[in-house]
Amino acid sequence: MTELLSPEEWNAVALSLRVSFWATLLSLPLGVLVAYALARWDFWGRQILNGLVHLPLILPPVVTGYLLLLTFGRRGAVGQFLDQWFGIVLAFRWTGAALAAAVMAFPLMVRAIRLAIEAVDPKLEEAASTLGASRVWVFVTVTLPLILPGIVAGAILAFAKAMGEFGATITFVSNIPGQTQTLPSAIYSFLQVPGGDAQAFRLVLIAIVIAMAALLLSEWISRVVAGRISGR
Amino acid sequence: MTLTVDLHHRFGDFTLDAEFEAPAGVTALFGRSGSGKSSVVNAVAGLLRPDRGRITLEDRVLLDTALGVMQPPHRRRMGYVFQDARLFPHLTVRQNLLYGRWFAPGRQGADPARIVALLGLDALLDRRPGTLSGGERQRVAIGRAILSNPRLLLMDEPLAALDEARKAEILPYLERLRDALGLPILYVSHSVAEVARLATTVVLMEAGRVLAAGPADAVMADARLAPALGLREAGALLSVRLVAQEADGLSRMETAGGPLWLPGVAAGPGSRLRLRILAQDVILATERPRGLSALNILSATVEQIHPGEGPGALVRLRVGDEVLLSRITKRSLLALDLQPGRPVFAILKTVAIAQENVGNRLLP
Repeated sequence: MTELLSPEEWNAVALSLRVSFWATLLSLPLGVLVAYALARWDFWGRQILNGLVHLPLILPPVVTGYLLLLTFGRRGAVGQFLDQWFGIVLAFRWTGAALAAAVMAFPLMVRAIRLAIEAVDPKLEEAASTLGASRVWVFVTVTLPLILPGIVAGAILAFAKAMGEFGATITFVSNIPGQTQTLPSAIYSFLQVPGGDAQAFRLVLIAIVIAMAALLLSEWISRVVAGRISGR
Repeated sequence: MTLTVDLHHRFGDFTLDAEFEAPAGVTALFGRSGSGKSSVVNAVAGLLRPDRGRITLEDRVLLDTALGVMQPPHRRRMGYVFQDARLFPHLTVRQNLLYGRWFAPGRQGADPARIVALLGLDALLDRRPGTLSGGERQRVAIGRAILSNPRLLLMDEPLAALDEARKAEILPYLERLRDALGLPILYVSHSVAEVARLATTVVLMEAGRVLAAGPADAVMADARLAPALGLREAGALLSVRLVAQEADGLSRMETAGGPLWLPGVAAGPGSRLRLRILAQDVILATERPRGLSALNILSATVEQIHPGEGPGALVRLRVGDEVLLSRITKRSLLALDLQPGRPVFAILKTVAIAQENVGNRLLP
């Protein structure tokens, strides 16, 4: 790979994979929890939570990025707190790119998982509880295995979305080569300089290959998991 | 083990107001669809929180709304067999069977190998629920409930979703379980035949209320309850003892009202059987009939007459310690001048065996 790509290009690909991986992995537990709450719990503010989760899907990505900057930037309320107490700085770092990608991909992840949870018959969960399983165990032994295809689908959808995230990322963490320059930002940069078309094109091919691979992988995993849990 | 239930609950314009006791043995909750039977069972399992109520099993309080006690379902240890098996599709039959055991480590419960044999599940253990027939699924569900080591077994119309052939397949298993495990069972049904075959106690429900509760033979033979039980199905349960197998292929039974003969009953002399005799199959005569092909004629005494709304009447007869019901017309009632206390002869047109080896069931 290193012979095919310049160090700058390789950096962008590796950074995008890293950002998307962590964005997906760290938001997954929260995604399952939020999807479960929206699908099964009746609580005050359910519609507000639903709206908040979906907001990044509808807002211009630049707006989401700017809101992240206001909140998690060095002078933002949460940003200051994280910096002072934990020494965590998100703005203009790759971790900030991961946060931006996670926020942008979150609605897609939650939607996929929520659909899976709504398809689980609550009667099966009741049956498990009469057999001695507490609510947590019912979730772990019955609900979770049954929604696994939905979780896989949601995770891969989120990963693909994170790989392509551009607007919020560039607004929140800018476009610093080697630090915050993800695959889409690199393609954008190469297109801005004369003679950068060839480099941009190589990265475009890589983006297509990664996206296709993710899609095929998700199809395959879903089929394997669905086969195992369909009861046949 | 006695289960006491006292529930008050409103859903929309339906009011459930049920109070009864279920002693050891099989207690049948009997009534039409929509009479509130399933709600009672769900409240006992902890899946329904009633507006007001108290449920106790022996000295354990499962629910007491006055004291704010509501044990969650997983602490109650009620083995629940649902109408629609509800097997876990992602687990094999073996994993389904052992699911409850997982949450009851160290408890001495029924031996899985024995339950698998009792329910005939050996060949199914490695299969998945999706490949099972309705009857097989229901057998697995029953095994799963029993192996969770419950204090009480709840069965909500476990046979209702099955055709007659599958019912006939499972009923013998249920009888074997009842006799072999000695577990109290609360059994919901709207089939008189099932109740007659399995129940020791009957709780008759109508429109959310308990109409009658008591020993199965007493409730089933109560003339006043016939409309609720269904007139065609009205009938009595008679306990008899097989005394001899005779040379012409008939088995002779002994009752307080005289002998009865049934074609070749496959049971040894001395075994006790429970017979179900439908009211419409009993003809009354004031003198012992002669020149009649019917073999089974019992002497009895008229105990109670319950005139119905139509041209028919239901007559309750006493035969020793037990009762029989006879459905006759009001015209015959007048013609024969039947009064309580009058001795009569009951001619039985058809006699069905409801239960074999009733004796086993009475052991603790």
